[in-house]
Amino acid sequence: MDIPAELEQKIDETITHYPVSKRSAVLPLLHLLQEHLGYISSETADWVAKKLDLQPINVLEIVTFYPMFRAAPPGRHHIRVCRTLSCAMAGSYKLLNDLCEMAHIERPQHAGHGTPFTVGEDGKFSIEFVECLASCGTAPVCMVNDDFYEGVNKEAAAEILQKYQ
Amino acid sequence: MVSLIKQPHPREKRMIFKNVDRPGWKTDIDTYLGDGGYEQLKKALTMSQPDVVNEVKASGLRGRGGAGFPCGVKWGFIKQDSPKPIYLICNADESEPGTFKDRYIIHQDPHQLVEGMVISCYAVNARLAYIYIRGEYPEGAKILETALAEARERGFLGKNIQGSGFDCEIYVHRGAGAYICGEETGLIESLEGKRPYPRIKPPYFPAVLGLYQCPTIVNNVETLCHVKHIIAMGGAEYAKIGRPNNTGTRILCVSGDVQKPGYFEVEVGSVTMGELINDMCGGMKDGRKLKAIIPGGSSAKVLRADERYKIKEKNAEGVTVDKEIGIEDIPMDFDTLAAVGSMAGSGGVIVMDDSRNMVETLANINEFYAHESCGQCTPCREGSLWMQKITRRMVSGEGAKQDPAVLKSVADNIAGKTICAFGEACAWPTQSFVAKFKEEFDAKAQRNVTPREVSDGVALQAGRPVLVHDHEVAAASAGGVPKPDAPWEVSNDSKSGEV
Ligand code: FES
Repeated sequence: MDIPAELEQKIDETITHYPVSKRSAVLPLLHLLQEHLGYISSETADWVAKKLDLQPINVLEIVTFYPMFRAAPPGRHHIRVCRTLSCAMAGSYKLLNDLCEMAHIERPQHAGHGTPFTVGEDGKFSIEFVECLASCGTAPVCMVNDDFYEGVNKEAAAEILQKYQ
Repeated sequence: MVSLIKQPHPREKRMIFKNVDRPGWKTDIDTYLGDGGYEQLKKALTMSQPDVVNEVKASGLRGRGGAGFPCGVKWGFIKQDSPKPIYLICNADESEPGTFKDRYIIHQDPHQLVEGMVISCYAVNARLAYIYIRGEYPEGAKILETALAEARERGFLGKNIQGSGFDCEIYVHRGAGAYICGEETGLIESLEGKRPYPRIKPPYFPAVLGLYQCPTIVNNVETLCHVKHIIAMGGAEYAKIGRPNNTGTRILCVSGDVQKPGYFEVEVGSVTMGELINDMCGGMKDGRKLKAIIPGGSSAKVLRADERYKIKEKNAEGVTVDKEIGIEDIPMDFDTLAAVGSMAGSGGVIVMDDSRNMVETLANINEFYAHESCGQCTPCREGSLWMQKITRRMVSGEGAKQDPAVLKSVADNIAGKTICAFGEACAWPTQSFVAKFKEEFDAKAQRNVTPREVSDGVALQAGRPVLVHDHEVAAASAGGVPKPDAPWEVSNDSKSGEV
């Protein structure tokens, strides 16, 4: 696996945050690698296991449990729309539909487990219906990559998509 | 980040949120120092460690994460001469639906949290601490990391803090989207690099067998921030704010069907539910009527607007008397909300108006808990999914007569039968919704809507077509084609509660 020196340095530094047990670094390492690679392949999981002196299963069980880790590549921009109550009351189900329609993506089936996001054919966007993003007062909310958007109506959604073209 | 409210409401008493939305306020350390920042840490370092714990005990501060456990008592469980290292963890995994207070502290006033944490570390003699922040706050994690680096540089963190001889290091640790990590023992497992399966208590009380099997204190973001203010004014003085046994200020987060949702920091118990909704949030949206309130995060039991609640109150002679009050007269404090059968929980108040169907509302909540059950205990793993399936079926028009009774029995068999409090968290909504809105559940407990798929523009709920109401289908076939929204959005339909 090709890990740039700079990233590996960052990884090594991160491991020092856990002087008692290297195993604690599994979440931060997976975050760093997912940021770089887009998702966690089994090859990546193996790499993390080696780095932290763990068995591959110790990493795989993490990847499969935590909703933020993806086992398949997302689009170039990954959209997360909040599904939970306050957002739903403010129209997030419709927001999800609008975004899917405008970005030409199939609507994700909120199955909850595995990788419930869908990717558009051109690979530009992927979209996921997620649980409460803790901004219920400005519902409905969504995220694009690490950017956060509040009170998103249809016009705002169109503008957001435009921004990431 | 867009803020909800620019001006604090006159009924507010801003302490923790003093710098939130403050004009000219920035997150850097110089801004913070220019406002008297880190003075309380310096003061605490001149006190003995047990003295700091005693001040917090005297303050009566109760945890702001959900359980409301007295913070000083929790700290008192730590033996400071423990041969094992002691750890402190800040629970910044804010994920109880309806709660969004920590977001603003982290994004707008990170140094307040850092100062509160270092004081707390000193009090319980922890040399290593982590901020476990939810994965969906990538920006917040960066802001905190910057704040920690600044604090380290200025000698408020690291070795020999301010020449006191006390060493303390804090690191940011990001979660990855799992609600169960907000449960303190699940959080500890997660921080150890494992699946966040909560641990059984006893024996795994974090104060005894916590992180790496060492004594550990886990406190919420808001709780840790309060510590700074307790040091500033002294525990006894702090205890005068709020009500006895419900001291200090509390940040209430309001969302749902009100004109102006938002956050409000008030003295605990100083406003009633009615004042919160009508005065502070500008009343209900679109002139609609209040129907129900979930007062402390989505797991808190729902309160019905037209119900009378019995509370105990001290009269002028100091004698405790029984009193009956309406929902709008309930003061927002820990004890009263418990007395009316719900809880203050995390401070997340979700308001619903009379257009909301309660089966649909519960269906939404059940989707959440079914998704978030960690799967460790059978009653919760099976039960949360079972309840989700029933309410899903009910909202899609395929209800069966026995559904309300089955829902209740499933919920009753989860609560109290699991390792962690998630069992209650997922059972309480079902138990309370079904009991309090029986007529709506009975109405949906029959196949009273012809199953029909509407392919164009239909909102899918959980992968299934959501069935539209009969009159909408009629309108559609008459050429009107109203696009049915998600079931939660039937707000403009006065008959929505009935299907
Ligand atoms: S419900 Fe969407 S942010 Fe909380």
